[in-house]
Amino acid sequence: MIGKILKKFDDRFLKSEPRTGDLFAVAALFDTPDQIIHAAEKVSSSGYKKFDVLTPYPVHGMDDAMALKQSKIGWVALLAGMSGTSLAFLMIWWMVGVNYPNIFGGKPFFNLPASIPIMFELTVLISALTLVGSLIAIFMKLPNNANPIMDTEFVKRVTSDKFGIYIEAADAKFKLEEVRAMFEELGSFSVSNIHEAVYDLGDTKNPLLSNKFVGAIVVTSLVTVGITYFVLNVLLFLPPFDWMHYQPRVDPQTESKFFKDGFGMRRPVEGTVARGFMPYEFKGMPDSMVVATPNPLPVTQKVLDLGKKRFDTYCSPCHGYYGKGDSRLRGQFPVPPSLHSVKVTNWKDANIYHVITNGQNTMPSYASSISRDDRWAIIHYLRVLQRSQNALDSDLVGK
Amino acid sequence: MSLDATYTRELPLVEGKTSFKEIDDVIAKPTETKPNIKWFIAIGISSTALLIGAVCLGLTFWYGVGLWGNNQPVGWAFDIINFVFWIGIGHAGTLISAILFLFRQKWRTGIARFAEGMTIFAVMTAGIFPAIHTGRPWLDGYLFPYPNQHSLWVNFTSPLLWDVFAVSTYFTVSFVFWFIGLIPDFATLRDRTTSGIKKAIYTALSLGWRGSNRHWQHYERVYLILAGLSTPLVLSVHTIVSFDFAVSVIPGWHTTIFPPYFVAGAIFSGFGMVSTVLIIVRKVFDMEHIITVNTLEKMNKILLATGTMVGYAYAMEFFIAWYSGNPIEQFTFINRAFGPYSWAYWIMFSCNVFFPQLFWFKKIRRNIPITFVLVLLVNVGMWFERYVIIVTSLTRDYLPSSWGMYFPTMYDFGILLGSFGMFFTLVLLFAKTMPVVAMSEIKAVTEGAQPTHKHKHE
Repeated sequence: MIGKILKKFDDRFLKSEPRTGDLFAVAALFDTPDQIIHAAEKVSSSGYKKFDVLTPYPVHGMDDAMALKQSKIGWVALLAGMSGTSLAFLMIWWMVGVNYPNIFGGKPFFNLPASIPIMFELTVLISALTLVGSLIAIFMKLPNNANPIMDTEFVKRVTSDKFGIYIEAADAKFKLEEVRAMFEELGSFSVSNIHEAVYDLGDTKNPLLSNKFVGAIVVTSLVTVGITYFVLNVLLFLPPFDWMHYQPRVDPQTESKFFKDGFGMRRPVEGTVARGFMPYEFKGMPDSMVVATPNPLPVTQKVLDLGKKRFDTYCSPCHGYYGKGDSRLRGQFPVPPSLHSVKVTNWKDANIYHVITNGQNTMPSYASSISRDDRWAIIHYLRVLQRSQNALDSDLVGK
Repeated sequence: MSLDATYTRELPLVEGKTSFKEIDDVIAKPTETKPNIKWFIAIGISSTALLIGAVCLGLTFWYGVGLWGNNQPVGWAFDIINFVFWIGIGHAGTLISAILFLFRQKWRTGIARFAEGMTIFAVMTAGIFPAIHTGRPWLDGYLFPYPNQHSLWVNFTSPLLWDVFAVSTYFTVSFVFWFIGLIPDFATLRDRTTSGIKKAIYTALSLGWRGSNRHWQHYERVYLILAGLSTPLVLSVHTIVSFDFAVSVIPGWHTTIFPPYFVAGAIFSGFGMVSTVLIIVRKVFDMEHIITVNTLEKMNKILLATGTMVGYAYAMEFFIAWYSGNPIEQFTFINRAFGPYSWAYWIMFSCNVFFPQLFWFKKIRRNIPITFVLVLLVNVGMWFERYVIIVTSLTRDYLPSSWGMYFPTMYDFGILLGSFGMFFTLVLLFAKTMPVVAMSEIKAVTEGAQPTHKHKHE
C-alpha cells in the first residue's frame, strides 16, 4: 500500500523526459566565483537584459557585476513597522480609552507607558510578516516552479556547488551561436540549451470539475461543519469542558458540614462596612414597598450609549440583546421572561432599579457589579428598547 | 621579532579544505539515510518522557489543576518556572542567529540553524505552560482581544497580557526567520533527493527557489532587517517576562534589576542548552569538522560572561536589599540563602556562578567532556534560579500568618519531564528531516568561496 503510493510519487516527480518545446535559454556553468563575477560583468556590459546568475550562496560583488539597483525592500519594513505602531496605539486607545473604560489601580483609562510593550511587539510582528510576505510574493515572485530552468541538470548544480548564468532566448540581442561562443570563451565547462517543457494534457477536461476535486471539496465542507457543530453544541457541554458546572462548592443558602453552625454562608464581622458601601433602603423588600423615585439621569445620547453598553454586558446574556428573553446561555441558567410584558412596561423606573439592585426570583443582585448611575442608564436604555421593539404602524406616519 | 602568524589569523570556520559537494553530503546525510540505532534509542527515551507528560496533562485536564502542588500561598509554581525556563532557552537561538549576525560573527554559521530550531521548539514547549495554568485551556482564546458578544476587552495594563503579545510575536517572528533561512537549503535538498515523495515535499517547501542573484539581492537585505527586528524583540521578550514579577509588589520580585538580570540569565541558560544538544548532535551525525571545538570554545566564553553577569545580579540583589534599608527585602534575601529553601538557592548559586568560572581556563574551555558536564549544571542551575525566585518569595511574603511551604506532586514532575520529552523529540525529528546546518551560509564562509576581484586591480 505505502509502496504503491511512494511509487506514484516517484513516477510523478522523478521522471524526466527530453524536452521538446521552444528554446528558453542558453545556460553555462562555472567552477569558481571569480569566473562567474567576470561572466556576469561581461554579459551585463554586452547589453543583455534578460539574463540571470544562479549561485549556491550569495556571492559578494555580484549585484554590481550584474548592474542591479539597490533593493528597495527596506522601505516595506519601515512602512509596515510604522503602521504596526500606529495600529497598536489606536487599538489600545480605542479599546480601553473609549469603548470599555475601566479603572485599574487608579490609573487613567488609557495610559501610554502601559501600552508601550504591546505597541512594540505589534510593530515587530507586523513589520516582519509584511516584509517576508512581500519578499516572497512581490520581490521574488515565488512560489513559482513553472520557470523552465527548474528541474534541469543546470539548476541541480547551481543549488549545490557550481555557479551558473543563463541568457533567455527572449532577449532582444539573443543569437544562439554568439551566446554559446561567448560562454565558452569565458571558460564555462558546460554550456547547455534549455528548452521549455511541453505538457501533453490529452483530453483532460477542466480539472476543477473532476469528480475527485468536487468530491474532496464536498467531503471537506461536511467534515468541517460536523466538527464545528460537535465542538460548539456537544463537546463544550461535556465534562471537563462543561463551564465548571459540576464541582464541589458551597452554594448560597445551603448547609455545609464544614462549619460548626452547619450554615454554608458566613456572617460579616460585627459592625464592618464594605468600602464604598451605600445602604439601599428597600433591600430585601418586595417590589410593592418601593417608593417611586424618578430616574436621576437625563435622557441624552451619552446616557443611552452607556446604558446600551452596560445592558449588552450584564443583562443581555440572559435577557437577550432586545430584552425578549432570548438567552444566549443555552440552558445553563433559567431563561427569564420578556422585558416587554405589560408588567415591566408599566413598572416605574424605581421598580426596575429595585430588581437590578435587589435581584428577583433566580436573578441575583447586580448591586456589586453595576454602579448606581449605570443602573439608571440601563433603565433609560430599556425604555428605548420597549418603545422601539413595540413600534406601532402609526409611528411610521410623519408628523 | 616576527609576529606569530597563527596568533593574529582568524581560525578557520570549517576545518580542512572542504568542497561544497562534501558540505552538502555531510549535512544532507541524516535526511537521506536511515537513522542509526543511537537515534532510535534517543527518540525512544524522549518520546517516552513526552508520553508521561501527556498522561499527566490529560489527567490535569480531566480533574483540574488541583492535581498540582499549587496552593495558597504558592499559586504560581512549576507551570511558571517551566515557562520562564523554556522561554529563556529559546533566547540563545535568537542571540546566535540575529545578534551575532549583526556583529558579523561568522563562527555562528555552523550552529545558527540548529539554535534557531531550538528557539522554536523551546518557545513551543514554553507556550504550553501559560496555556495550561489557566485551568481551562480550551477557553484560552479569551487571552486575545477580539470583539466578543459581551463587549469586553482584555486588560492592557497587565504584564500578563503583554506576555501574550510578546511570546506569540516572538514565536511567529522566530518561525518566519527560521523558514526564510531554510528556503535555499530546501532547494538544495530538492535537487539532490532520489525519492519522489521527498522531492514533492521539498519542492513545496522551497517555493521554487533557484539561487537567482536577483532573489539573493532582496533575500540578504530581508535577512539583515529580520535580524535587526529580532534583536530588540528578544530583549523585550524576557524583559516582559520579568515584568510578570517586577510589576507585582511581592518582596524579592519588585525590583528594577529584573529585566537585565532575566535577559542575561536567559542567554546564559540558552547557551547552556544549545551546547548540551550540539555536543550530542555533532557526535551522532559526525559533524565534528563543521561544529568545531573553536565554536564550542567561543560559546563557553559567552557562558562565562553571562554566568558572571548573573552572579553580579545575585550579589546586587543582596546589596540593594541591605542598602534600601527595607527590612522585608532584607528578610527575603536572608531567607533565600539560609531559610527553608537554602538548598535550592545554593544549587542555583554553585551551578550558575561557581562552576562556569572554570571556563577561565583554556584547557577546560576546549575539553568537550568537561564542557558537557558544566553545561548540564548550567541547565540545572537556571531551572533552580526560577524555582528560588518564585517559591521563596511566595512562601514568605509580608504576612507571617499566610506563610506556608510548597510541595510539588508527581503530576508537576511528570509534566516537567514531558516538557523535556517534547523538546528533545522535536529536536530529534528536526535533525532527521531538515538540514541542521545552514548549507548556503556555510558555503559562503569556506575558504575561497568569495571572489578575489583580482581582475579589477590588474
